[in-house]
Amino acid sequence: MSNELVPLSDPGLPEHIHRKADVDVKAAKRAERQVGILFLLSVIGTLLFIYAYLGIDEDAFVFVPVLGSTNAHQLFLGLGLAMALFFIGMAAVHWAKTLMPDHEVIDYRKEQRSKDEDRDDFVSTVKDRAGEAGLGRRPFIKRTMLLSLGLVGISPVLLLGDLGPLPGNDQKETNWKSGTRLVTDPGDRPIRPSDLEVGGVAQVQPELPAGKVRHLDDIAKDSVLLIRIRPEEFNLDAERLSWTYEGIIAFSKICSHMGCAVALYEQTTKHLLCPCHQSTFDVTRAAKVIFGPSARPLPQLAVTVDSQGYLVAKQPFNEPVGPSFWGRNK
Amino acid sequence: MSARERVAGQVANYVDERTGSAKWLKKTLTKVFPDHWSFMLGEIVLYSFVILLLSGTFLTFWYDPSMREVEYEGSYQPLSGLKMSAAYASSLHISFDVRGGLLMRQIHHWAALIFMAAMVAHLMRVFFTGAFRKPREFNWIIGVGLLTLGIVEGFLGYSLPDDLLSGTGIRIAEAIIQAIPVVGSYLSFFIFGGAFPGEMFIQRIYVVHILLLPGIFLALITVHLMLVWYQKHTQYPGPGRTEKNVVGYPLMPTYMAKAGGFFFIVFGVTAFLGAVASINPIWIYGPYNPGQIGAGSQPDWYMGWLDGLVRMAPPLEAYIFGYTLSLNILIPGLIIPGIIFTGMALYPFIESWITGDKREHHLLDRPRNAPNRTALGAMSITFMLVTLINGGNDLLATHFDLSINQIMWFSRIGVIVLPPLAFVITKRICLSLQRADRELVLHGRETGRLVMLPHGEFIEVHEPLTPEKAYLLTQHEQLPALEANLSNEYGVKNPKVIRSKIRSRLSRSQAEQIAKPTANDVKELEGGHH
Ligand code: HEM
Ligand code: FES
Repeated sequence: MSNELVPLSDPGLPEHIHRKADVDVKAAKRAERQVGILFLLSVIGTLLFIYAYLGIDEDAFVFVPVLGSTNAHQLFLGLGLAMALFFIGMAAVHWAKTLMPDHEVIDYRKEQRSKDEDRDDFVSTVKDRAGEAGLGRRPFIKRTMLLSLGLVGISPVLLLGDLGPLPGNDQKETNWKSGTRLVTDPGDRPIRPSDLEVGGVAQVQPELPAGKVRHLDDIAKDSVLLIRIRPEEFNLDAERLSWTYEGIIAFSKICSHMGCAVALYEQTTKHLLCPCHQSTFDVTRAAKVIFGPSARPLPQLAVTVDSQGYLVAKQPFNEPVGPSFWGRNK
Repeated sequence: MSARERVAGQVANYVDERTGSAKWLKKTLTKVFPDHWSFMLGEIVLYSFVILLLSGTFLTFWYDPSMREVEYEGSYQPLSGLKMSAAYASSLHISFDVRGGLLMRQIHHWAALIFMAAMVAHLMRVFFTGAFRKPREFNWIIGVGLLTLGIVEGFLGYSLPDDLLSGTGIRIAEAIIQAIPVVGSYLSFFIFGGAFPGEMFIQRIYVVHILLLPGIFLALITVHLMLVWYQKHTQYPGPGRTEKNVVGYPLMPTYMAKAGGFFFIVFGVTAFLGAVASINPIWIYGPYNPGQIGAGSQPDWYMGWLDGLVRMAPPLEAYIFGYTLSLNILIPGLIIPGIIFTGMALYPFIESWITGDKREHHLLDRPRNAPNRTALGAMSITFMLVTLINGGNDLLATHFDLSINQIMWFSRIGVIVLPPLAFVITKRICLSLQRADRELVLHGRETGRLVMLPHGEFIEVHEPLTPEKAYLLTQHEQLPALEANLSNEYGVKNPKVIRSKIRSRLSRSQAEQIAKPTANDVKELEGGHH
């Protein structure tokens, strides 16, 4: 080989440079004083903490620039704790940097790999011992052992069975039945068409049979948005148009993307927007997706009025509400 | 011998006669730790974990992990009389009626953010310096595991207060679970104990948050540190530092004081943030209700990239034999993160396959000397940044007067185009830095001083580098590319010829380097000067 590829040689560790405090007694004394002062600052922090805990009223507020009006009790507890901890740290680090040995020392490494003879020893030990157990010679034990070990894991898994019920039809059903009244949320009052002006929007729930309490599980599926526009603004096929009533149209409020509440209605554009991932639905076209990651329109609830003039559902939702799942269309 | 020494001696003797620990301790106390600011990132991770354990334990004394409906009667007037879960009510109680409770909640939350940020920074340090190479692959994998679990743990903790914001996060997590083909609905019903939100979820994630995952963290962190201890720390290259030694400060007392002191500094800074920087003001959001939502819902930052991916996904849903496959959820929510984390875990093995390098490495790389790796890192960071930006698209839109549509299209295109661009640019930067190093070694440092030569020409005076500096700039290895192995020595065609070709192609790209100056180059140059 030519010597072209010889790398530059290693000049070795640079010489140690002494710090001031190593050579100058005065500098060392000064460093010592500084460390002591830092520890004392920590003591002051703890005192502040104790004072704040006992002496500052829990609902005392102070005005602090940038932060605005702040709870004084929490603020000074925090500042005291922060000081108490921080200055212990600063003192220790300053001590280490100025006064403790700063000579770099060298330690040597060994390869991680064991020595060949140790490895051979290990292999032969394992072989010998395994041979003594005689697994290879007693296939019956081996097979039954594997079988039992394989099966024993089933029990704990089975025990998890009661973690939850099976879904059944739960994901596909809501409390909306034919003739269920729409009631305000909050308030639970039935609604007449005249209660909602053109341009208005309201959140409604299905009226529950007497004695049934509304749980969050119900709200997670039943929530419906009621929107009123001028009937001529609809751009719907005949069936969907028949699901509206005098310009009132109802959609599931649970986003067809990942289930957030679709809460923002823009009156001018007649768009519904989900704040989670900005899926945008066009109210005039049966909540068609016009932007964002959702792949489906919001399910539409057919509405009409009952004999007393209150808004009711004409029929249940004709598809599951909320995010998609594997068996959704089955 | 002073009295104190005598007592200490007796205690030490008592313990050693029963444990034989003196020998081990002696070795331990003189163990050498190399020093560099970037080695403190891992320490921050460890310390913030300890802070999480301490502050979290404090919170458990009052927190009530129950979805039972209660009426709020605490001292925060605006919510007075409202129906809410006991979990939310107890979180309000901690915030308003436990002295120092809000401080502890805020310390816990800030520590969680610092924990995650320090973990990411630590991981980048390890990646860009090549510290994951043999023999440290196990620790790299443990690190990727800790990062993944950290995201889960943080998300679960964020969900515990059961406010409107965190409930919305759970809703989205439930939709991801439900979207899993075939078993999704079953999984979701098992996890939630029925239909969403049910009445079980908070108490279940509580056990995971305070027992299961912290236990796993503790085990993984212990193994991680034992390996660091046993394999000894890597060190940055420089004069006197070799693959066979480790240069630094002994554990006792210097390193102990620095590391111990640093723990208090990290704790102090976290406490300061908890004192002055409000975080997750749950009382503003109100209790969770699936029919309501707050505008501008934002997850913590370590979830932001996932959120951004979900937001930019095209609205695709497929139907197979009447079954629904939610590609718009599965691809950004599970498949892409799965690929990223698997790829990250496997990277050490991929790199060593490409370079064919199976040796141990204890000296770190300067990032410029591993251009492909550095470029790959820059590419991944760019990807994450684009997704993170899209995760905040609604905030950006209102702050900078853009339309969400514009940001969405920027992100959709950017997430595909910008990462490769970052790769190419970073690689070029690395190579120019290598060239600059070569120039420095060969021609010395420009001093800015001009001298006039006898015939009137001006030249700038170059100062030769110190041997230490010159060594630092040239100590790295430059591995040759691996050739494709098309046939063996008997001319029999290699059955894995395609694999071999791919590898050689990658290896050639990996080996693109600016040749470093050799001793001879320098000598010739010196000869030329005289
Ligand atoms: C890596 C570890 C951990 C992370 C990343 C983490 C993260 C979080 C986060 C982000 C919160 C929400 C805080 C808020 O804004 O109210 C939280 C809440 C909570 N965490 Fe942790 N945590 C961790 C470990 C622990 C441990 C070890 C414990 C207990 C032993 C714990 C107990 C709690 C409790 C009780 C809450 C509810 C507090 C409330 O609602 O007011 N955490 N956690
Ligand atoms: S949940 Fe509505 S857009 Fe994602």
